[in-house]
Amino acid sequence: MFARGLKRKCVGHEEDVEGALAGLKTVSSYSLQRQSLLDMSLVKLQLCHMLVEPNLCRSVLIANTVRQIQEEMTQDGTWRAVAPQAAGRAPLDRLVSTEILCRAAWEQEGACPAPGLGDGHTQGPVSDLCPVTSAQAPRHPQSSVWEMDGPRENRGSFHKSLDQIFETLETKNPSCMEELFSDVDSPYYDLDTVLTGMMGGARPGPCEGLEGLAPATPGPSASCKSDLGELDHVVEILVET
Amino acid sequence: MRPTAVKSNRSLCLGHHHCWERVLGLLTRLGGASPLMHQPPPASCSSSSSSSSSSSCECARVGVRVSALAPAAAPCPAPRQLPYPRLPEPPSRGTSTLIPARLGPWCSPTGSPAPLSCETGCGEGSWILVCRLLVPTQVSLLSMEEDIDTRKINNSFLRDHSYATEADIISTVEFNHTGELLATGDKGGRVVIFQREQESKNQVHRRGEYNVYSTFQSHEPEFDYLKSLEIEEKINKIRWLPQQNAAYFLLSTNDKTVKLWKVSERDKRPEGYNLKDEEGRLRDPATITTLRVPVLRPMDLMVEATPRRVFANAHTYHINSISVNSDYETYMSADDLRINLWNFEITNQSFNIVDIKPANMEELTEVITAAEFHPHHCNTFVYSSSKGTIRLCDMRASALCDRHTKFFEEPEDPSNRSFFSEIISSISDVKFSHSGRYIMTRDYLTVKVWDLNMENRPIETYQVHDYLRSKLCSLYENDCIFDKFECVWNGSDSVIMTGSYNNFFRMFDRNTKRDVTLEASRENSKPRAILKPRKVCVGGKRRKDEISVDSLDFSKKILHTAWHPSENIIAVAATNNLYIFQDKVN
Repeated sequence: MFARGLKRKCVGHEEDVEGALAGLKTVSSYSLQRQSLLDMSLVKLQLCHMLVEPNLCRSVLIANTVRQIQEEMTQDGTWRAVAPQAAGRAPLDRLVSTEILCRAAWEQEGACPAPGLGDGHTQGPVSDLCPVTSAQAPRHPQSSVWEMDGPRENRGSFHKSLDQIFETLETKNPSCMEELFSDVDSPYYDLDTVLTGMMGGARPGPCEGLEGLAPATPGPSASCKSDLGELDHVVEILVET
Repeated sequence: MRPTAVKSNRSLCLGHHHCWERVLGLLTRLGGASPLMHQPPPASCSSSSSSSSSSSCECARVGVRVSALAPAAAPCPAPRQLPYPRLPEPPSRGTSTLIPARLGPWCSPTGSPAPLSCETGCGEGSWILVCRLLVPTQVSLLSMEEDIDTRKINNSFLRDHSYATEADIISTVEFNHTGELLATGDKGGRVVIFQREQESKNQVHRRGEYNVYSTFQSHEPEFDYLKSLEIEEKINKIRWLPQQNAAYFLLSTNDKTVKLWKVSERDKRPEGYNLKDEEGRLRDPATITTLRVPVLRPMDLMVEATPRRVFANAHTYHINSISVNSDYETYMSADDLRINLWNFEITNQSFNIVDIKPANMEELTEVITAAEFHPHHCNTFVYSSSKGTIRLCDMRASALCDRHTKFFEEPEDPSNRSFFSEIISSISDVKFSHSGRYIMTRDYLTVKVWDLNMENRPIETYQVHDYLRSKLCSLYENDCIFDKFECVWNGSDSVIMTGSYNNFFRMFDRNTKRDVTLEASRENSKPRAILKPRKVCVGGKRRKDEISVDSLDFSKKILHTAWHPSENIIAVAATNNLYIFQDKVN
C-alpha cells in the first residue's frame, strides 16, 4: 500500500533495475535495438574511413540507415542534442548531414571541407554521436577523424582517436561498445544486456535480427575481432606514414 | 588456319527427358597424367561461319561472325501471359552416346557408369560436376611455351591447397559469345582463360571440359599518391567482344582502369633467315651472298595476350560494370556516380552519359550499382541503383542521359519494413535477357524479372534465401548484407541462376516455376554422383540432409556465376575454386 502522494516507480524502471533480462517494455526495447543499431552503424562508418579505399555504396547505405534512425528518433522526441561545447549555439534540429558521416569517402575529389562546418549546427550531434572524436578534438570535429588525407596535425588527432578505439576494442569485452560511447548522454545499456534481454519486442522488423545475436558475448567481440583485423591494417599504414 | 566459332546445336530446354550420366569425382585440374598440350583449333566446321541471323540494331554493324543463338535472338512477340516460346527439339546427335566415366585429364575413372536415372526432384534436370579448376598461382609467371615445366609446377602447387592465397579469389567469371572460352578474373589482377575441350570422335566423353588456354596479369596494384590510397588490382568485370577475326578480345577492368586485351594464337614461326648466325648475332654483310626467304614452319601452339588499349583516368569512383554495345564499336563503364561511353579506338576521351553526383555531396543518398547495354538496341541501356530502382535510358534523347526514359521500381511492402529495407533493396546486378525483352535484377534476398514494358512492378520475383530475413541485423553487423551477388540467364532465358551462402547456388525455372538449390563444394561432390539438391531448414524439425540456417557458413559465398550461351554448362566461382557443371543428354 502506498501512501497518498507517493508515486510508484514506473514499472519499466523497476524492471530495468531488476536487470533487463526479461520483461523490458516493448517501447524501450525497441529503442534499445534502435540505439544499438545506430551505434553499430556509426562504428562502421568510422571504421570505414580507416580502410584504404572505402566502398562508397556501403558508406551511403550505412549513412542512409543512420539518417533513417535519426529521423525516427527525432519524431519520437528521443533525439537529444548534447549541450553544445560553447555557449550560444543553437540546439540541433537538423539531422546530421551525410557529409559529416562520410566525409573521407566522398571528398576524394579534393573538395575542401566547407568552412561553414565550424558553426554550431553540427557540432552538437557530432559530439553526441561521436564522443570519441569530439573528446579528442573538440575544436576541429570536422577535420580530425574523417579526412584520411588531412594535414599532419589532423593525423595526429586521428591517431589519438584511433588509439582510443584500439583500446576499447581490444578489451574484447562485450561492453566495448559502451566504453566507446561512454560520453553519450542518452540512456545506454550494456550491449550484452540488450542482446540477452530482448525477447522479441512487439515491434517486429527493426533489429529483430538482433535476436540472432543471442549468444551475446561472442557477438560483439566477434565484430570487434573482425574490426581488429581492419585496425591492424590501418595501423600499418599509419606507422608507415 | 582460323579458329572458328563452334556452333552448338544443343537444346536449350531443360526437361525431364534428359537423363544424366553419373560422373566421377573431381581432382584438381592438373592432377592427371595427360599432357597439357593446347589443342590446335578445330578444323573449321562447315556450318560454323553463319553470321548472326537476326539483329535489330539500327546502327551499321561491323561484319561480325557470331554463332547464332537462334532461339535467343528470335523476337518474342507473344504477349507476356503465354509461356515463353518453346524451342525446337535439337537435331539429334544420332543415337546419343552415353558419356563414359572418364572425363579427361583431371578426373580418374573408377569403374563403369552407374545406371542412368532421371531427375525426379526440382525440374532443373540433374547437374553433374565436370571439373573443378583451381586458378593456378604460379602459371602466370611462366611463359606458356614451357608447357612441361608449367605442368610440373602446377602439379606440385595445386595438390596442396594451402598454396591458394587471397589473390586467387575469383572475382568475375564470363563465357565468351560462343561458349568456347571461359574467362576468370581474380583479386590478384590476373585473368585466366579456359578453353573448351574439343570433341573428337574417339573422345566424346571429353566434351564439356575446360583447359587453361591463357593466363596473364591484367592489372597491377597502383598507388594514388594524391589521395594516399591504394588502387586494388582486383578484376571487377570481364566482358568479351564478339569474335571478328582469328584473335579473341576481351575487356577487363579494375576499380579505375579498363583494358582491352587481345588473345591470339601463334602456331607457326618463320625459319630460314640467313642474316643472323646460330647465336643470333648479325652476320657480317660481306659474308652474305644469298638472301633466303624465310619459311613458315609449324611450332608448338603458343597463346599470347597483349594489351591493345588502356582506358584510364576517366573514373573518380570505383568502376562496378562494363558493357559492350551491340554495335561492337563502343562500350560503357559505370562507377558509383557516373557512366562513361567509350569508343574502342579512342583511349584518351570518353563521353559521360550519366552523372548522378549531386552538386553538394552532402545530399548523396544513392549510387549506381550496375549498368548494361541492351543486347540489340545500341542506343538503350539500363542502370540500377542502391535504392532498388532501375533506369532505362535512350542515348538518342540527349547527350547526357540524366533523365531516364523508363523508371522501374517496385513499391515497398509496408509489412516488411525495417531499418534494413533500403539496404536489402539495393540492386547488386542487372542483366538483360538474351531476347532483350526482360531485365533481371538481384537484390539481397530476391531475384526479380522485369518486363521492359511494365515499370511499376516486376513480373516475377524469386526468393533466393528468404530465411535470412530474420537475420538481417547480424548480417549487417558482419557486413554480409553488403555482399553483391550476381545473376545470370541461361541461353534461352528460361532459367535464371544466382548464388547464395554456404557455397549454395540457386536456379529458377521461369516456365515450370520450380527451383533447385545446389552446392559447389569439394566435400559434397562425391565421385560419380549427380549433384544433390540441397535444402535449408528454416525452423522446427530438421530432416536428414537438410542444413539449418544457423549452420550456414557465411564466409563461403557464391557471388559469381556464368552460364554457357547456348548449352547447359555453368561455371560457378567459390572463392578460389571454379566449378564447371553440366547436364547430360541421354
